[in-house]
Amino acid sequence: MTEMLWKLFEITVIIALLIPMAAMLVWVERRMIGIWQDRLGPNRVGPFGILQSFADLLKILGKEDWVPPFSDGRVFVLAPVIGALCVLMSFAVVPFSSVIGVSDLNIGLLFFLAMASLAVYGVVLAGWASNSKYALLGGMRAAAQTVSYEVFMGLSVMGVVLLTGSFNLREIVLAQADGWLIQSQFIGFIIFLIAGIAESHRLPFDLPEAETELTAGFHTEYSGLKFALFFLGEYLGVTLISAMSVVLFFGGWLMPEPLASWLPPLIWFVVKVMCLVMFFILLRTSLPRPRFDQLLKFGWVVMLPLALVNLLATALLRLSGVL
Amino acid sequence: MMLTALATIESLFYLAGLVAVIASLKVVTGNNTVHALLYLVVSLLAVAVCFYLMGAPFAAGLEVIVYAGAILVLFVFAVLMFGLGKDELRHAPKSNNLANMIAAMLLAFVVLVELVIIIYHGDMQQSLQANVVDSKAVGIMLYGPYLLAVEIASFLLLAGLLAGYHYAKPDGTEASL
Repeated sequence: MTEMLWKLFEITVIIALLIPMAAMLVWVERRMIGIWQDRLGPNRVGPFGILQSFADLLKILGKEDWVPPFSDGRVFVLAPVIGALCVLMSFAVVPFSSVIGVSDLNIGLLFFLAMASLAVYGVVLAGWASNSKYALLGGMRAAAQTVSYEVFMGLSVMGVVLLTGSFNLREIVLAQADGWLIQSQFIGFIIFLIAGIAESHRLPFDLPEAETELTAGFHTEYSGLKFALFFLGEYLGVTLISAMSVVLFFGGWLMPEPLASWLPPLIWFVVKVMCLVMFFILLRTSLPRPRFDQLLKFGWVVMLPLALVNLLATALLRLSGVL
Repeated sequence: MMLTALATIESLFYLAGLVAVIASLKVVTGNNTVHALLYLVVSLLAVAVCFYLMGAPFAAGLEVIVYAGAILVLFVFAVLMFGLGKDELRHAPKSNNLANMIAAMLLAFVVLVELVIIIYHGDMQQSLQANVVDSKAVGIMLYGPYLLAVEIASFLLLAGLLAGYHYAKPDGTEASL
């Protein structure tokens, strides 16, 4: 019983840290984009504008929480909850350090993939339930994009599974004690990263919400708290993909010896995740958005063969004893 | 402790089975396509819980990834594409009554509670270990005794793919294979 209470406490702490962190990420992103584009960004609320997210939250809470009369009410309310919940659930299997982590599931990697594939319902249902043309187009794009990129995401991590022999994320990290998997799985990492951006529909792959052509895509009709939930889902998604990349390819909380003693493992994990999050933001700042057919074609013509060749080569090298 | 854990598993299993049956019934009795598809998703998730409780975590994972996560998304995509849902919204009687709403929430809630209990019951995993089929065992079976079945299934899928390509190609152009 005490064990269960302890777990509940751990979960509460993790959620209580993750959600404000996602909110802070909005500010970090706007500031960083500002710096990279040679302008200031939000710098008025608090020192360096650090309270900007708080002000945004207050503003969003003050907005009318509107359910359009022409929408499918129940599904309309359910959609943002599904989107945010699936991403939050994925954090249950992320090993933050050797002791911190909600569940040590034996099929942790599969659980992550399952939650990633369920998260698309949030977007698709939002698009359908809004009963508006822009939202519907956004939802359809999201469905096609996510189903395609899910395939490569699954294939790209199979190389990691092959080398570590486990679906358990903690064991995958421990297997990298004498060398991160990025060395042998660089192509896998690239594919995972691109698929991850597509799954969390961030720029440059934010076709489902492309504001130049679809107003705001699937969340055109959303306002107030429900809109905030979509935002929360997106920024949690960025954090999740970064955390999973760190776990799968960058040795999780592990560091090579002289560095390892400088900081506790959990801090190393956070540092690595933040570096990858910054990289995500840099990608968003610098890359243009492709056309939708280009996006899908790129996926099936370039990414799929690449992922398969990577898997085959890894398997062959593994069998011949090189890796 | 062992006995209570087993009893919990059994009751959880029947609960998940009940959810699957009710959700499946809602699939065939509802008059809104998208709502029916959503109930089908709930049903598949409940079946995944059943698989997990029976000691087949790999099958449970694949059930969610492949069926709930990919195939049903395609179904939903098709419904959106042909606008079936919208058409029906216009013609079907509005069923916004409270009972429907509560039923849907209850089913989802039960599955959620089960998930939470499974995650926290550490001893449950031990009592399951007697007949757990892990992913390695599944792989060995698939590429050992069932190799022929796997190959036949892949032929079938390839044929389906080709047929899909044939129907999807634009009119007036010869398909170049």
